[in-house]
Amino acid sequence: MNARLTPRPSTQAAGVRADRVRVHFPTRAGTVKAVDDVSFDIRPGETFGLIGESGSGKTTLGRALAGLQPLTDGRLFYDGREPSSLNRAERRRQRRDHQIIFQDPHAALNPRMTIAQSVMEPLDILGDGDRASRRRVADEALERVGLAPQIGRRYPHELSGGQKQRVNIARTLTLRPRFIVCDEVVAALDVSIRGAILNLFADLQDEFGITYAFITHDISVVSHVSDRVGVLYLGRLMEQGPAGAVCEQPLHPYTQALLSAEPLPLPSDRRDHQRRIRLQGEIPSPLNPPSGCPFRTRCPRAEARCAEQVPAWREVAPDHRVACHFAGPA
Amino acid sequence: MAHEETGSPPLLAVENLNIAFVHPGGETAITRDVSFTVNAGERVGVVGESGCGKTVTGLSLLGLLPKRTARVRGRILFQGEDLLTMSARELRRRRGRDISMIFQEPMSALDPVFTVGEQLAETLRAHYPVSRKEARERGIAALEEVGIPSPHLRIDDYPYQFSGGMRQRVMIAMALICRPKLVIADEPTTALDVTVQAQIIDLLCELSDTTGTALLFITHDLGVVAETCSRLLTMYAGEVVESAPVDTVLRRPAHPYSSGLLRSLPGLSERGGRLPSIPGRVPAPSEMPAGCRFQARCPHAADGCEQGQPLRELDRERLARCWRSAELTLPGAVT
Repeated sequence: MNARLTPRPSTQAAGVRADRVRVHFPTRAGTVKAVDDVSFDIRPGETFGLIGESGSGKTTLGRALAGLQPLTDGRLFYDGREPSSLNRAERRRQRRDHQIIFQDPHAALNPRMTIAQSVMEPLDILGDGDRASRRRVADEALERVGLAPQIGRRYPHELSGGQKQRVNIARTLTLRPRFIVCDEVVAALDVSIRGAILNLFADLQDEFGITYAFITHDISVVSHVSDRVGVLYLGRLMEQGPAGAVCEQPLHPYTQALLSAEPLPLPSDRRDHQRRIRLQGEIPSPLNPPSGCPFRTRCPRAEARCAEQVPAWREVAPDHRVACHFAGPA
Repeated sequence: MAHEETGSPPLLAVENLNIAFVHPGGETAITRDVSFTVNAGERVGVVGESGCGKTVTGLSLLGLLPKRTARVRGRILFQGEDLLTMSARELRRRRGRDISMIFQEPMSALDPVFTVGEQLAETLRAHYPVSRKEARERGIAALEEVGIPSPHLRIDDYPYQFSGGMRQRVMIAMALICRPKLVIADEPTTALDVTVQAQIIDLLCELSDTTGTALLFITHDLGVVAETCSRLLTMYAGEVVESAPVDTVLRRPAHPYSSGLLRSLPGLSERGGRLPSIPGRVPAPSEMPAGCRFQARCPHAADGCEQGQPLRELDRERLARCWRSAELTLPGAVT
C-alpha cells in the first residue's frame, strides 16, 4: 500500500464514549426528544452497531457522534477527551479523524463534479499538498475501494449505486479517518452487492484500524458486521451488548420483537411459527412519548409499573445492558 | 406454460410480453419474452435487482404504462381475455374491480386532497351502483378489515393524518374493496419499518386467504417472498430466468442468479465472515449481451453460454433459463 493512505504510526483507532447524551429539537408543537439520555462506549477498532426503526433517533445520534449535531445535554469523549477541551489545531485534526458516510450514495455526490473532483474535494478544502499529490491520493483511494482510476473522469450519473457508494468511501479514505459513522450505508443498494460493500468496510477496518459506528434498521446487516450493538427506541437505548448475545439471546421485549419480525428466507417446514412476536401499532410520536418505559404501549409484557417508572439501565450480564423491569440475567 | 394445473385455466397468463420504450433515437427493449401464469388464489413472488423489469411488468398488466412511449407486445390473458387488445373502456371496467394494485409509497399513491372515505367510495362507485351512504358503510368495513382502529372516525381523515403503516393499510383496503381476483403489490412493505412490515405481510396473506384473491408480489426481499408466496419468479435483465415453488428455490435454485441472490443475504453467513455478493451490475437495456444475459456475472459461465437461452422445463413445476441447470448443484438459502 502507498504511504499516503496508511495511517501515521502514532495514530491508533479511536475510542468514543457517550455519556448521558441528549439531543432535543424545539418545535412549534413541543420538544422532540430525538436522543434522550443515551450512554455507551465504542471501543477502539470495533464496529458498534446501532439498530432502530424510523423515529428511533439513530440518525440524529450518528450526526452527533460525527460532530455534526450539537448536544442539548450530556458529553461525548473521543480517546477520553471532550472536543471542547481541544485547542484549534487539535480540533482541526479531530474533524479530519471523524467522518460520516450517508445512506443515499447519489445525493452525497455533487452531480456537476467529476468523481475525481469529488474524491479530492476534502483534501482541497484542507489544503493538503499540491494538486498532483492530491490527485495521487485520490487515485489510490479509488483503487483501494476497487475502482479503476479512469472512473475519476466520469460523473455520478454514469455510475451504479454500488460504484457511487465506493466513491463516497474513497473520498472519506483520503482523509485517513480513525472513526467513521456509517448511516444506513447499504440500505439504498441491491442485496446482491451489499455483501461486497460490507466486506470492503471490514477490509478497511483491518487495514487502517478504523472504528465504526454502524447505523442501520436492518438486523441481519447489523448482526453480521458488529462486534457490539445498541438497540434504540424513541431516542433511548433499550438494550446493548455483544452482537452475538443481543441477536441470539435478546433480553428486551423490543429486541425480541424486532428480531422475530425479520422475514427469513426459509422453506415453510423450517419456519418456526411459534417464534413470531407481532407488535401492535407503530412507534409513537417523539413529540409525545409514553411515560415510563417508551416501549410500554406496544410491549406484550407491559404492566402498570411500566407507565410509572422509567426502567433502570442495568447490566444483567457482562457488558450486556438492558432497560426493562422484567429482563432477568441471561 | 408448464405450471398450468390440469383442469381450470390460470387466472392470469402472460405470454411473450415484450415491453419497449420508444424515444427519438429508436426503441429500447426493457423486457423480452416474459411469460408466466398466476392461478386463482395463488401468491406469486417476483424478485430481481433494480433494473430487471419487475415494476414495468407489473404496471403493464394494468395498462398503466404511458401510451405514447411504451410499446407492449405479446398477450396478457386475464380469465382468458387479452388485456392488451381490449378497449380503454373495457380495461377501465376491470381495473380496480378485477385487478388492482398496491404501490410502494402510499403517500404518493393516495390523493392528498380527498379523505380516505371519498377515495374508497370512488373506487367502489366506479364499478358498482351503490348509494353514497352504502359506499361509506362499505368503506368503514374495508378499513376495519385492514385493522385500522375506530374506522368510523378515520374514514373522514385525509391521508396525511395517517402514519406510514396505516396509510399502507388504507391502500390495501382500497385495492381490496371491490374484491378483485388479482392484486399486484409492488414493494408494498419496502418503505415500512420491519415491525410494521411484519404486520402488513400477515394482513396481506390473511386477506388473500379469506377472499381468495391472487397476489403478484413484486419485491427485492427474498425473506418477504418466503413468508408470503408459494411460487417464485426470478427476473434478470428483462427476462424471467427461473420459475419454481418457493420452497424448492430456497433449497435448490436452478439458476445461478437465483442462487447468487439467496447467497447474498447477510443472515445466511457466519457473523463477521466474508459475505458473498454478485460481482458487476445488471447490463443497461442498450448493452444486452448476446446469449445468456447473466453470463458476465456468473461464476458458472462456460462455453455455450454465448448461445441464446430458452426457458427450459426441468420438471413439471420448474423452469430455468440456463442450459447448465441440470448439471449444476447450486446452493440455496438452506442446505
